[in-house]
Amino acid sequence: MSSKPTKWVSLTINGDNREFAIGGRAGELPPSETLADTLRERLGLTGTKVGCDRGSCCSCTVLINGAPSLSCMTLTVECDGASVITIEGLPDPLTGALDPLQQAFIDHTAYQCGFCTPGMIMAAKALLTANPSPAESEIKSALGGHYCRCISHYHVIDAVADAAGRKS
Amino acid sequence: MERTKEFRHIGKATPRKEGRQIVTGAVKYIDDLTLPGMLYGKVLRSPHAHALINKIDTTKAERAAGVKAVLTHENAPDWKFGIPRVVALLDKKVRYAGDAVAIVAAESEELALAALELIEVEYEPLKAVYDIDEATAEGAPDLYEEFPGNLLPTQSIAFGPNTLKEVVLGDVERGFAEADLIYEANTSYDNIPNPLPIEPPGVIARWDSPNELTVWSASQSVSWHRFMMMGKMGFPEIRSIGTQCGGSFGSKNHSPQPFFYAAALAKATGAPVKMLYSKEEHFGAFVLRLGSRFTGKIGLKRDGTVTAIEGEWLVDTGAFSDQAQTQIAVGLGELQLVIRCQNWRVIPKVICTNRAPSGIVRGFGGQELESSILPVFMEAISKEGLDPVDFLKNNFVKPGEGYLWREGNWWVCRGQDYAKAVEEGAKAFGWDEKWKGWLTPSSTDGHKRRGIGVGVHGNADVGEDESEAYVRLTPDGGAVIHANVAESGMGQRSSLIKMVAETLNLPLEKVTMTEPDTMVAPFEFGLTGSRGTWAVGTAVITAAEDALKKLHELAAPRLGVKAEELESENGIIRVKGSDAAQISWRKVIGVFHTVTGHGFFEPDFSMPNFMMLFVEVEVDTGTGQVTLERVVAATDAGRIIDPPSLDGQIYGALGAAGLDTAIFEETVIDKRTGRNLNMNMIDYKWRTFEELPVFDNVILENPLPSHRFGAIGIGEISTSPGPAAVLMAVSNAIGTRLSSYPLAPEKILAAVKSAGEVK
Repeated sequence: MSSKPTKWVSLTINGDNREFAIGGRAGELPPSETLADTLRERLGLTGTKVGCDRGSCCSCTVLINGAPSLSCMTLTVECDGASVITIEGLPDPLTGALDPLQQAFIDHTAYQCGFCTPGMIMAAKALLTANPSPAESEIKSALGGHYCRCISHYHVIDAVADAAGRKS
Repeated sequence: MERTKEFRHIGKATPRKEGRQIVTGAVKYIDDLTLPGMLYGKVLRSPHAHALINKIDTTKAERAAGVKAVLTHENAPDWKFGIPRVVALLDKKVRYAGDAVAIVAAESEELALAALELIEVEYEPLKAVYDIDEATAEGAPDLYEEFPGNLLPTQSIAFGPNTLKEVVLGDVERGFAEADLIYEANTSYDNIPNPLPIEPPGVIARWDSPNELTVWSASQSVSWHRFMMMGKMGFPEIRSIGTQCGGSFGSKNHSPQPFFYAAALAKATGAPVKMLYSKEEHFGAFVLRLGSRFTGKIGLKRDGTVTAIEGEWLVDTGAFSDQAQTQIAVGLGELQLVIRCQNWRVIPKVICTNRAPSGIVRGFGGQELESSILPVFMEAISKEGLDPVDFLKNNFVKPGEGYLWREGNWWVCRGQDYAKAVEEGAKAFGWDEKWKGWLTPSSTDGHKRRGIGVGVHGNADVGEDESEAYVRLTPDGGAVIHANVAESGMGQRSSLIKMVAETLNLPLEKVTMTEPDTMVAPFEFGLTGSRGTWAVGTAVITAAEDALKKLHELAAPRLGVKAEELESENGIIRVKGSDAAQISWRKVIGVFHTVTGHGFFEPDFSMPNFMMLFVEVEVDTGTGQVTLERVVAATDAGRIIDPPSLDGQIYGALGAAGLDTAIFEETVIDKRTGRNLNMNMIDYKWRTFEELPVFDNVILENPLPSHRFGAIGIGEISTSPGPAAVLMAVSNAIGTRLSSYPLAPEKILAAVKSAGEVK
């Protein structure tokens, strides 16, 4: 990510090139705008959920250059040149086929209210990309900061382990 | 109920109906909705816990960019809520740090927040009271003129003219005379934790005409925003529409404050207004659990027979609650389910204090009362060396025994004896092997000591309140359920679809349900307590049966038989036991028609549900750390509708201001300033993936006389047995009786120290 001042910020979001003029006028992207707001308010990608807006519930997790990242704590201007993947970017864009992780979450009913689910799936996606056969302790660690008040944790662990098995 | 019958859908793990939408981020929660021309509302909140607003100047804020309306107590609508109805939308007095002072609508959230900074307020701070003792002390300042001594009336008409406000039964003098042991009690469950669903509360309001209001909200019980709010606003016509709800645990049954703010600003501006709370507001200005203290005495015989219960149940609402009296009514009933006793005199008092308001939280009075009083019973039976599992098993209400319920009527249990569930749970947990006696650890390893405990809860709310539903059969062999049911995490919409698909013998994908909307579906009280399975289930099942009956009556002449001789499968009607004569739904209904059935449920409090939680903790006597190692939940659901959904509900014991309120969940108020000190998700403690105990569910299926599937709900109750169970387990681990929540490390260390050298 570039830190030099720039009039434009360019990034790819779910494979689409996006370019925003930085500034305070109508339609421009203020330097203070978070990636979560850009995704949700500017682009209508509301699958990314904002739970606490203070970086402590992980529900807003997206992948930035493959790394699970808190979009509520990331400024969009910091993302120049980055590739951002959100929950909307996981299914196959042509066929609509779900990622095996998404299917495993369905198969295990690995959610209750579902609000924390997109963030958990994105974090689990990063885990399985880096570590295709994680131990249960590694799944717990990768999802350690994700808040779920309904307590879907047990089903989520099963779903992630199952998805890992399906891939290998 | 025939046990051997194989069901097509019931009891099988089937995907949630909206599963694909959840995992792709397509399902819409309240903050995902934007209406054309929508404005954003924000609230200016008081820095003082108790103060008069002597002057408020909004001139600068009104002139600020993008600001469309600023409302204060001087120009806000005269809408009030609370029991009794005295809590104004905006008042000239603030009663907790965070209380609303003014509300602003602007073109963006940023502009609305900026405008708040421009409002000038002169406060006259008043002395504040932060707990039951301070609020009821001689000379304490009154929060409300209407409630001298900060005492609210305990009587309400929420459940009718005889709404339960106390339990006075038998003769307590005689009960104490018969007792071998009398124990004084002064025990509290007053750490006022936050149910804290991940999604903050939010409401969008739009006036379609001066008397027609449409609201969208994240709600657990969508109709509440119609029938509970109309009377508070001069009876406008209200249409309430529900979005997917990002968790509720009682707290978002309705959201009266955000609702009022959004509706008032929408009225003032003529535009739709979204009022979404920040997480800070969610912590500091929405819904906390009631504070609770039981002070009195109990009498027992040496064999554990309870002979008398007498005392005051003090309930702290914070600045207000519009549901304290209803929770008292239900909590009093729940204690009668848990403790069998002939002689009662339990008198509640409702007390307001200068902290953020209480509202509905899973456990609804029962968790508060039981977590306060059960430790006293445990102390009593420990002196006689009685086993707590036996005591709680014997005392839980049995078929044929009665209790007063919330509306004041006497009900006789026609459910089942849950002793078998207790025994199976104890076996799965290994209770007999681990139980070494009171105040004795089940094992020790240096400074790490393990202890076990048990708690119980039951609720007759599985049959509370009214439900109606339509089931509309479509010619393509499908069905649409018109029921005003929200999805706040229980999977209840999907479970109801399963019940209808089973009744109509259709594939699951051929059955759908309308989105929650009071305009579209008939009256539905909502997903309160554990009523979804029996109460709402009965409405949709009987609607499906009614529709099928009408369909068969249409088909009968075509097949030359009586309607009773017909059955239906996958949209084909045939004579039972014969494939010879059959006809499709399409031919019977006709392409341009539908057939609709109507179903009902009327309240019935005769079949309480039940749950026992067994817990094992490890206490580090060097650090004071309590680790929850194992939980076994034992219950009987009659029949399981959807295994993973039910498991998930029970695991919820660990969330929603439940079991962990005994270990680390609390709201911390600084009494010098009245401020909440842990209004964020770092300082408010919650259980993470890396701290999960081993959790096993023992769920029996002995069908109950509820509906055709013999099921009752048990989802709500898993949080309630937890706190008392953990208190017992930790006490046993360290060999010292603990009697207050939460069991923070410093409390453990102090107890260990004062007990001297731990054995």
